[in-house]
Amino acid sequence: MSLLEVEDLRVSFPTPRGPVEVVSGVSFTLGRERLGIVGESGSGKSMTGRAILGLIRPPGRVVARRLVFDGIDLLAQSETAMRKIRGARISMVMQDPKFSLNPVMTIGDQIAEAVKAHRRMPRAALRQRVLDMLVSVRIDEPARVAKLYPHEVSGGMGQRVMIAMMLIPEPDLLIADEPTSALDVSVQRQVLEIIDDLVKRTGMGLIFISHDLDLVAGYCDRILVMRNGEVVEECAARDLAQARHPYTRGLLAAVPRIDESRAELPVLERLA
Amino acid sequence: MTDTTVTTISTRDWLLADSPASRAQARLGSAYRAYLTLRRNPLTVIGALIILILLLLAALAPFIAGADPIAQDLPNRLKPPGAGHWMGTDELGRDIWARVIFGTRITLEIVVLVAIIAAPVGLLVGAVAGYFGGWADRLLMGVTDIFLAMPKLILALAFTAALGPGIEHAIIAIAIASWPGYARIARAETLTIRRSEFVSAVQLQGASNTRIIVSHILPLLTSSLIVRVTLDMAGIILTAAGLGFLGVGAQPPQPEWGAMISAGRSFILNQWWVATMPGFAIVIVSLGFCFLGDGLRDVLDPRSGERR
Amino acid sequence: MNAIELTNLDISYGTTQVTFGLNLAIAEGESFALVGESGSGKSTVLKAIAGLAPEWRGGISVLGQPRRHGVDRATARATQMVFQDPYGSLHPRKTVDQTLSEPLRIHRVGDESQRVEAMLAAVGLDRRFRFRFPHQMSGGQRQRVAIARALMLEPKILLLDEPTSALDVSVQAEILNLLKRLRAEQHLTFLLVTHNLPVVSFLCDRLAVMRRGRIVEVASVEQLKRGALQDPYSRELAALSGGAALATV
Repeated sequence: MSLLEVEDLRVSFPTPRGPVEVVSGVSFTLGRERLGIVGESGSGKSMTGRAILGLIRPPGRVVARRLVFDGIDLLAQSETAMRKIRGARISMVMQDPKFSLNPVMTIGDQIAEAVKAHRRMPRAALRQRVLDMLVSVRIDEPARVAKLYPHEVSGGMGQRVMIAMMLIPEPDLLIADEPTSALDVSVQRQVLEIIDDLVKRTGMGLIFISHDLDLVAGYCDRILVMRNGEVVEECAARDLAQARHPYTRGLLAAVPRIDESRAELPVLERLA
Repeated sequence: MTDTTVTTISTRDWLLADSPASRAQARLGSAYRAYLTLRRNPLTVIGALIILILLLLAALAPFIAGADPIAQDLPNRLKPPGAGHWMGTDELGRDIWARVIFGTRITLEIVVLVAIIAAPVGLLVGAVAGYFGGWADRLLMGVTDIFLAMPKLILALAFTAALGPGIEHAIIAIAIASWPGYARIARAETLTIRRSEFVSAVQLQGASNTRIIVSHILPLLTSSLIVRVTLDMAGIILTAAGLGFLGVGAQPPQPEWGAMISAGRSFILNQWWVATMPGFAIVIVSLGFCFLGDGLRDVLDPRSGERR
Repeated sequence: MNAIELTNLDISYGTTQVTFGLNLAIAEGESFALVGESGSGKSTVLKAIAGLAPEWRGGISVLGQPRRHGVDRATARATQMVFQDPYGSLHPRKTVDQTLSEPLRIHRVGDESQRVEAMLAAVGLDRRFRFRFPHQMSGGQRQRVAIARALMLEPKILLLDEPTSALDVSVQAEILNLLKRLRAEQHLTFLLVTHNLPVVSFLCDRLAVMRRGRIVEVASVEQLKRGALQDPYSRELAALSGGAALATV
């Protein structure tokens, strides 16, 4: 049975000129594999991730013909039930650790809190678990780092802490929303390897949301390309070069290459 | 290029147009959008209505009051609310309804003058201190802190004691007690704004510091200042009433609400209306300003301003 | 005459020194890139050349004239800057028209209305954008306004601080094309700061790689395209930016 089934997902928000659909009829299934959702800003990719987690609050509206996770109908769950699923079974890593980590708690305390939310543990065992989690994301001096505050560590380290926190309850599905966009190129590789490693070890499903088509192509098994709330292309990552939809081809062509020889970059046709 | 069929565009569409054709249209469009947002919040609408009524009553006082607020009528003193006197009469037989209505003028006078004096002064001091930093900042904030350290009412009291009683002096006293708060807010916001890239951009163009402060920083401060001043108006009214209550604000026979409450103190047990009616007026007007201020904050908050 | 010359440049923020003895020469009409990761000091160099950096020691000369600290009228007309964040570099309460007329007003250049319209056309914005506020425009459109603003005073040198990092891929392509065209039309000298090497390949002639406040290598973009950078750090950056697609060197 597939891990996640999404059929005709629609998210809309009211505006002074009437409701606007930011996600219009997105459908896909996800097994224990890595799915990349690629799109530019306004494509609805982040909203899709949030809709799955039930993080869209009124006045936003989420409807779907099917939104089923491991047999559970996510749309029918109450907020209390969703809270149990969030974090424990579906987790999310976001873009900028500066904004997603609590600035007034030490890193060790925050991870401990994440552990305590799902399991009760004696204090000594808790401390060891925190250190273990830090080691699993390749942080070399876990005891020292656990005492630091988020602003005292680099972006890359902050993001690794975030991943550690999100993976403590060993969820079945991880949604990563632009996890490396705020990081330097040299650190991106490291963070991606860590996610890759953890996904392989635990057999998690991964939804990787990004604007970087090349990155996703090299990292995921399947790719969904979104534009203006709709899925315009779905293909295996290795078949990306043979993508058929003009938008995808346009995106691929518009990125400059390091051995660039064109005088002008091809530009996508604007919709509005 | 004359058409026989003229397409008229509704005013609403003109205001909400995506691409204004002139500066005026752009500004009016922004104001209209702000108005639409305000309208959505029921409390804000109530607040705005209260203030509107306040303004109308003050403007049309002689026609609505129906009686002379200072005419004494001793045989009819301390009459309860009834047919001839909707809010009863006070200890000198004056019609309380008329006094409350005419009192709106005094209240408005106080609130508007304090706002006009205190807000710009606070704004300028805060902006200059925040923008220049260094010794200018320390000096100006030192002065501000001295004023902030004293409780508003006591400070106002001290100034009226020095200047003498009377409504004009009360206004000056309250303004002096109010400006430091605005200076602090203006400074805090200036510190954030001054690091923005649009400030760097205009510095790069060779703009003078005056131009940057006046044309770039001050306009961004006005939003939170308007919210702050509106919310403060309730406090200003209460401070003025307090001064009036203590006898150093408006002098008799002026129908200032605080003074009326003070005068009605002695009768509060048996002739409750003498003190309570002006009390209601103060509460309602203060609430009106609070609701309006809250609604304005939702619209004018610089953080959500981008998403307007 | 070199457009920009840096001699032994040390820039500090308070007690922290950010760059150490930088030496660089950029020719007139050249498109030069300063490449590095965060913390390399590349943006600080740009700010120092613009006159916005707090303390620096050493020599900065622009178009043959040694620079003084701070901004003055002459430097404003010679050097302008395009900032990274299209959401922060435009004043939220000013229309496009006001933003573009301001530099003209400061320097008392006439014909405001005509120049504004001409510049809007030059950066590919329709006239209907003239009276919009920033929040009514997309990121790409705001960045075009930022570029227009920088060009209002007809500078010779354009400093660009990661001008496309915050933009979508398709918008980035448009802005890069625009920058390339404007440079050819107006014979500008570009100093571009970025961490994105493919952008450098498209837009620039030469580059300098910076790391922790020092220049580790100066090379031509030809070398970058061939994968022929010398310094190990530079090679690593190139490899991570898609240079792995190149044949092994």
